[in-house]
Amino acid sequence: MSIADLAALSPYIVLGASAAAVMLVIALRRNHALTALLTLTGFVLAAFCVALLYRRPPHAVTPLLIIDDYAYFYAGLVILAGSAVAAMSYSYLEKHAAHREEFYVLLLAATLGCAVLPAAAHFASFFLGIEILSVSLYALAGYFRHNNLSVEAGLKYLILAAVSSAFVLFGMALVFAATGTLAFAGMQAPAAAGPGSLPFLAGVVMIITGVGFKLAVVPFHLWTPDVYEGAPAPVTAFIATASKGAVFALLLRYFSFLGLRDRSELAAIVALIAVLSMFAGNILALLQQNVKRLLAYSSIAHLGYLLITALASGPRALSAAALYLAAYFITTLGAFGVVAALSDGSGDAAGLDAYRGLSRRRPLLAAVFASMLFSLAGIPLTAGFVGKFFLIAAGAGSSLWFAVIALVVNSVIGLFYYLRIIVIMFTAGRTETDAPAASRSASAVLVVLMLLLIWVGVYPGPLLDVIASAVDGIPQPLR
Amino acid sequence: MILLWLIIIPLIGGLAAWLFGRGTNSSPRWISLAALVSDCILLVSLGGSESSASALARGAWMLNWTHAWIPQLGIGLHLAMDGLSLVLVALTLVLGIAAVICSWTEIRERTAAFHLNLLWIIAGILGVFLSLDLFLFYFFWELMLVPMYFLISIWGHENRAYASLKFFLFTQAGGLFMLLSILALYFIHGRATGVYTFDYIQLLGTGVPRNYAFWIMSGFLLAFLVKLPMVPFHPWLPDAHTEAPTAGSVILAGLLLKTGAYGLLRFVLPLFPDALASVAPLLLLLAAIGIVYGAVLAFGQSDLKRLVAYTSVSHMGFVLLGVFAGSVTALSGAVMQMLAHGVSTGALFIIVGLVQERIHTRDLGSMGGFWTTAPRLSSIGLVFALASLGLPGFGNFAAEFMILIGSFRPHPVITSFAASGLVLAAVYSLWIVQRAFHGPRSTGPQPPDLGAREAGMLAVMIAVIIWLGMFPRPALKPVQPLMQKIVSPAPAEDLIRIQGAQNVNR
Repeated sequence: MSIADLAALSPYIVLGASAAAVMLVIALRRNHALTALLTLTGFVLAAFCVALLYRRPPHAVTPLLIIDDYAYFYAGLVILAGSAVAAMSYSYLEKHAAHREEFYVLLLAATLGCAVLPAAAHFASFFLGIEILSVSLYALAGYFRHNNLSVEAGLKYLILAAVSSAFVLFGMALVFAATGTLAFAGMQAPAAAGPGSLPFLAGVVMIITGVGFKLAVVPFHLWTPDVYEGAPAPVTAFIATASKGAVFALLLRYFSFLGLRDRSELAAIVALIAVLSMFAGNILALLQQNVKRLLAYSSIAHLGYLLITALASGPRALSAAALYLAAYFITTLGAFGVVAALSDGSGDAAGLDAYRGLSRRRPLLAAVFASMLFSLAGIPLTAGFVGKFFLIAAGAGSSLWFAVIALVVNSVIGLFYYLRIIVIMFTAGRTETDAPAASRSASAVLVVLMLLLIWVGVYPGPLLDVIASAVDGIPQPLR
Repeated sequence: MILLWLIIIPLIGGLAAWLFGRGTNSSPRWISLAALVSDCILLVSLGGSESSASALARGAWMLNWTHAWIPQLGIGLHLAMDGLSLVLVALTLVLGIAAVICSWTEIRERTAAFHLNLLWIIAGILGVFLSLDLFLFYFFWELMLVPMYFLISIWGHENRAYASLKFFLFTQAGGLFMLLSILALYFIHGRATGVYTFDYIQLLGTGVPRNYAFWIMSGFLLAFLVKLPMVPFHPWLPDAHTEAPTAGSVILAGLLLKTGAYGLLRFVLPLFPDALASVAPLLLLLAAIGIVYGAVLAFGQSDLKRLVAYTSVSHMGFVLLGVFAGSVTALSGAVMQMLAHGVSTGALFIIVGLVQERIHTRDLGSMGGFWTTAPRLSSIGLVFALASLGLPGFGNFAAEFMILIGSFRPHPVITSFAASGLVLAAVYSLWIVQRAFHGPRSTGPQPPDLGAREAGMLAVMIAVIIWLGMFPRPALKPVQPLMQKIVSPAPAEDLIRIQGAQNVNR
């Protein structure tokens, strides 16, 4: 391994080293503030490395990883998500009596897993990344061992993630049997009627199944509401953003090698999953009385929207996915950040009642939450609007009218429940129960997220330039 | 750049009202008023110049300003003003000032936030009237919804949550289908010419293939007809108008409905003349049905505000009739009706708001005999009721007369049917006067009469509506050359000249 290789890997090395360093520091001295600070330093350093190395020519490090701008873009995204989660976790954990410090080790490790996924060019790194991520998340989801809901969430996530890993492994084996290689690059799909076509198809479908669990798309979504509800709010934010975003980025790269559009049966499966996710997610979200469950169902719908980019072709689709994910990251982190800031030691503020009259009691939190919900609904001035616009443009550009119209119909359904929360926040209600004061670090993160939301929503040009470089290096479908 | 300032001033004014007005009630009002008045001054200085007068006479763009926004997708900040935008922008500012004044005493809760929303709606509406980039147009189209939603859902009346949600869902659904059409247009143009752009003038230059035109037009039509609204897309209107605070109703009836008609004139007619011809008979029929249906339902209401709301359905039916009739006279009449209806219905909503503020009910059953205790309120109410029924001398008469004249020759049967709406208008307008202002004194509370602020504002609106009725020429002059162009589209050289002017301005 050369110096150039090591340099290219530096963000990943920094993340791994920070996890180890934090673990060592905890062994020497338990101090929550110190641990959090060290973690944030690790994230900032890793983000700095990414920024420094951006716009370099693609570099294959061993056959396992291909380090290009695409990998760096998503790595940067998950690192920023990780640091936002770390910052909002600090005040959140302060309210809970538990061992707080180990949380950060797990968070760093999970972020490392996420960062590796978009760089994967081989089934081995694909699987390793998913496992690093999953194992850390088992522990994070069940972090509050004395809270039944949290333990349930951890266990549920453990079982379903293990099953999905099994599916992925079996699928990989079948694809290997059909093509004779584990690297994405050599993975030419066998001719439609030729030998090996059926195992190949079955293998890819199994991989889609396994990845579908991670993305929580219909029909692999059943774990989502329970895990979202039970896991601590910052962890939920991480699962909803970094974990899904990284897996989706990997999926797009894999599909771009595979040439999904040439395999009509695979495209049909993905289209079906996308449309079902949109409808099921939105319609079930309508019925929810719990904000965390509502956001869980809404995230199912959003991943359904996002799958349109996997069906569409060309750089326009890839940049739409990148932009939508960036917008979705900001929005979801902000939304769960508000939930975390409103929570106290007894549990998360998840019931709709906790939000009644919020605009009077906590105007800042209400403003942040309202803008995040508007972004989820795709209203102008927010990042969600630009993201949705690019998504619809990508779909329309590839003439995916059916999926695009499903998206439009679902956007209207989605408005119902987003607006319902906003109305509740602005309706005067019980004022006797006062929400806990948001800490300074949490407020700072939320304000930064809101500013980012508006910036991307009003002037997405600079972000688009960054994205253009990221999707430039992605191979077009092979055939 | 001036056009951008027209939009930015209310945006900044709203923010200033919100930031500096927390805790006090009067400063946000004064800040909002100042912002809108300075916008008015800007507009007057702009419309009065020599070059703009000559541009208006030719039906060309008075001002044109472009700047890159998201160049990766061919999206630009392209603002331009011609005669149609000019009169509508003027209407927006007049009604905006009226909205600020009429909520002077009505809104006592969260005044700062109220004015933020009010001014941002106005900025959104100005943006809609001035945008010539389809992405920008859609951006403003959606942007004006959100503050309006807040205005209804926070400061509205009893059933506000339901009404605001219904309003938002109807208009948003229509808007999203328009977005699909905009994108379809974008890609068709891009594939045909290799230039991917949302610029209106460039898109206008390329024809839409016949087989797609109908579907693309349907998306635009859906958005605009929901907003207008045309029967059967109107159910959101009575609820939203009734539940909104007075200023909200004024803006809704006076301006938001006009954005739908503006969209038809600006986009649907020039972009899809052939596809429109195939559905025009159906739309004309629905317009006529809307005129009669709105009037009949208005007569059946016991809630005064809801009554006025249904008259809007009827009056906007005339606009629709004029827009699709296909003659210059009818089209000019439609624009005239937009202005007259904006002022007269806006004033009626203000009067309803004043009554409600005084006696705390909108129920016609508990009103009556106001003339004895509140002569000024009642006489002004009478004037606007007469304007609304189309009495000669008021703007509404001029507008409806032009529409009927213009559409009678091509569509005599439908026009005759629509004209019966004028009779019904007389019935419901006189009904208001009879029930609320005349008749025996009700046992309920009697309203005190108008103060100087309220009377002054309404007097100005009376002057405007009579001016529109007696001397419609100044309002029609900027519009007629444009309507001429819509009916008989400009030859190709004209477009080139417009593009040339645009390049110079860059």
